[in-house]
Amino acid sequence: MTFADGYAPAPESTSVVDLRADYGLFIDGAFTAAKETFETVNPATEEVLAEVALAGAEDVDRAVAAARTAFENVWGPMPGAERAKYLFRIARLIQERSRELAVLESLDNGKPIRETRDFDLPQVAAHFFYHAGWADKLEHAGYGTTPLGVAAQVIPWNFPLLMLAWKIAPALACGNTVVLKPAETTPLTALAFAEICRQAELPPGVVNIVTGAGETGRLLVEHPGVDKVAFTGSTAVGKSIARSVAGTSKRLGLELGGKGANIVFDDAPLDEAVEGIVNAIFFNQGHVCCAGSRLLAQESVAEELLARLRARMATLVVGDPLDKNTDVGAINSAAQLARIRELVDAGTAEGAEVWAPSCDLPERGFWFAPTVFTEVAASHRIAREEIFGPVLSVLTFRTPAEAVEKANNTPYGLSAGIWTEKGSRILAVADKLRAGVVWANTFNQFDPASPFGGFKESGHGREGGRQGLEAYLAQS
Amino acid sequence: MTSTTELRRVLYGLPGVDEFGARARAARLATRSVKNESKAAAIDLAISMVDLTTLEGADTPGKVRALCGKAVHTAPGAPTVGAVCVYPDLVKVAVEALADTGVGIASVATAFPSGRAPLAVKLADTRQAVLDGATEIDMVIDRGAYLAGDYAKVFDEITAVKDACGDAHLKVILETGELATYDNVRRASWLAMLAGADFIKTSTGKIQPAATAPVVLVMLEAVRDFAAERGRIVGVKPAGGIRTTKDALKMLVQVREVAGPRWLDPALFRIGASSLLNDLLMQREKLATGVYSGPDYFSLD
Repeated sequence: MTFADGYAPAPESTSVVDLRADYGLFIDGAFTAAKETFETVNPATEEVLAEVALAGAEDVDRAVAAARTAFENVWGPMPGAERAKYLFRIARLIQERSRELAVLESLDNGKPIRETRDFDLPQVAAHFFYHAGWADKLEHAGYGTTPLGVAAQVIPWNFPLLMLAWKIAPALACGNTVVLKPAETTPLTALAFAEICRQAELPPGVVNIVTGAGETGRLLVEHPGVDKVAFTGSTAVGKSIARSVAGTSKRLGLELGGKGANIVFDDAPLDEAVEGIVNAIFFNQGHVCCAGSRLLAQESVAEELLARLRARMATLVVGDPLDKNTDVGAINSAAQLARIRELVDAGTAEGAEVWAPSCDLPERGFWFAPTVFTEVAASHRIAREEIFGPVLSVLTFRTPAEAVEKANNTPYGLSAGIWTEKGSRILAVADKLRAGVVWANTFNQFDPASPFGGFKESGHGREGGRQGLEAYLAQS
Repeated sequence: MTSTTELRRVLYGLPGVDEFGARARAARLATRSVKNESKAAAIDLAISMVDLTTLEGADTPGKVRALCGKAVHTAPGAPTVGAVCVYPDLVKVAVEALADTGVGIASVATAFPSGRAPLAVKLADTRQAVLDGATEIDMVIDRGAYLAGDYAKVFDEITAVKDACGDAHLKVILETGELATYDNVRRASWLAMLAGADFIKTSTGKIQPAATAPVVLVMLEAVRDFAAERGRIVGVKPAGGIRTTKDALKMLVQVREVAGPRWLDPALFRIGASSLLNDLLMQREKLATGVYSGPDYFSLD
């Protein structure tokens, strides 16, 4: 083997994970069985990882009741400085167990170990540390200090543990208790988090985790005993939750889909722009709500940019999520793979030009090669609908005004990127983009101190930062 | 002659380098895991790319002869290094010691390391080194002229030195630690390549920071783009501060993924170093035998 051929396999060991055959629900500080169960599989191999309890109506009732009792008797009355101690303890335990959690997340989700190790887990710990810091300083945030009560939280499968952290850390810091439902295909790290809650001696009922699919989620958000509903997921489900919550006194926060525009002007730093494009759409297999899935390239530089992008895509390592050199892992589920294939077929049928580097995909598991579409018209489905996969649609523009118009011409409004060496253009364009997050000369950067959320059908409410606290406090 | 105005237009027409992005890309490439057979292949490749260097005021013929011995007899079964790099007055010693070994003889010239001498002196320095048998000349650019915006002066000096080199290969040292910005690194790389450099080299080793990962990244992008646009393949030589096998492997990962596998060749990539070689040899033995030997099992030079 010569060095030019590629890298020898460098798999991360799974011995650090103590995978159990079955997992129960975490209610009132204890793991309990449910009447039904479902399987969670490793999307890279299609092997069953574990049997997981499926929460029914009675289970959800018990979880909400436990959260209510904990809120009224323990967590709500507890001084912020005391709550902070638990959150700091949880943050440190996450750091201590980060290797185990990273491997578990890669097994259950299919994302590369490089990302769980270098992105997900450090961010998860950072979210708990950040919000632990707020717990005793809420009077300085400007939203009062009164918690809402019991929060029903439903999270997606793309960043299982990170989305849990985005939901649980601020809720607990503000004095709320939670019932959280992880996604059907990725329940395992949430259940490992339940163990961490026990290790941290968090009072029973403060965090409850009910696993299940859409029906469990519906039971939870429609439960009359919850004061707050927080949902991250698809716009279709978000709309149905909004309808079910309408007319109740429940507070609602939604973080939904996106079709982010990544705008590259002709004076952009091209190498870093290529890197930014790759990071915008191939990070986490494109399973990112704020992905830069529409590349808007200025016509005068489009050809050069695309040549560089294709060369860069050819160096992406696709395969075993546990290999430390893997850049793009497995698609999370058969259903998601089918959705990606459907939209890619639509793109070809509507006349866009498809390109992907040659890469050997494993035979078992759910895989999709990094793909780029050129000759895309704004009317094509691949330019309008969220694909939620490693598929980039390239459109071109001629003037800054046209770039802004095209970027905003979507029902979504979660993220956008601007690439130019001209500072004044960054400010002028960012000002006109209707997106919750606008990155300049970078993409997909996150920090717990920076609020995140959408415009239009990408949702409402903010998570993270001082502004994120508002979602979990009752202003009198 | 190319005027400063014309050069400025070319150099400032290059895409800018976003500092944050360049650092992030280099950091991400540094997480590549090179193991087992890949590592064995990479270590031997790295050994063949070493420009084994001694550039001290205290260098003596004895020291240079010892270094040349090391350059040839690296380890049983291991390749020889790419070249030995010495001051001009010691070129003759190296030529004698390396006769018929295939190891190159590189010499720094042009009033190394500061480059603060009249052009005539720099050219005489170069001609003498070539006359004495140097096969590669490592020149320094006039950083003062570069920072003052006198691109024509830098360009003309490089073409004059290239002319004085004859058949010897010219490596142009940018001294990136003094150029300070990645934009300057990219422009100076192009300036050197336009003027005829066979190699662009980061540093003299006398100034910090030297061959940082983002600097090497930007230079690898420059040779890749120059080859695509102008059709001439230029080599890259990081030098200064590369001491461990890990450092060297990170460089090779960059070469492979940024410039491309074509540059994984001692004719197009060299690593200027003095202490790196022994670490490469130690890691090589560790891979082959499974155990580390003490440093005393490897000759110091």
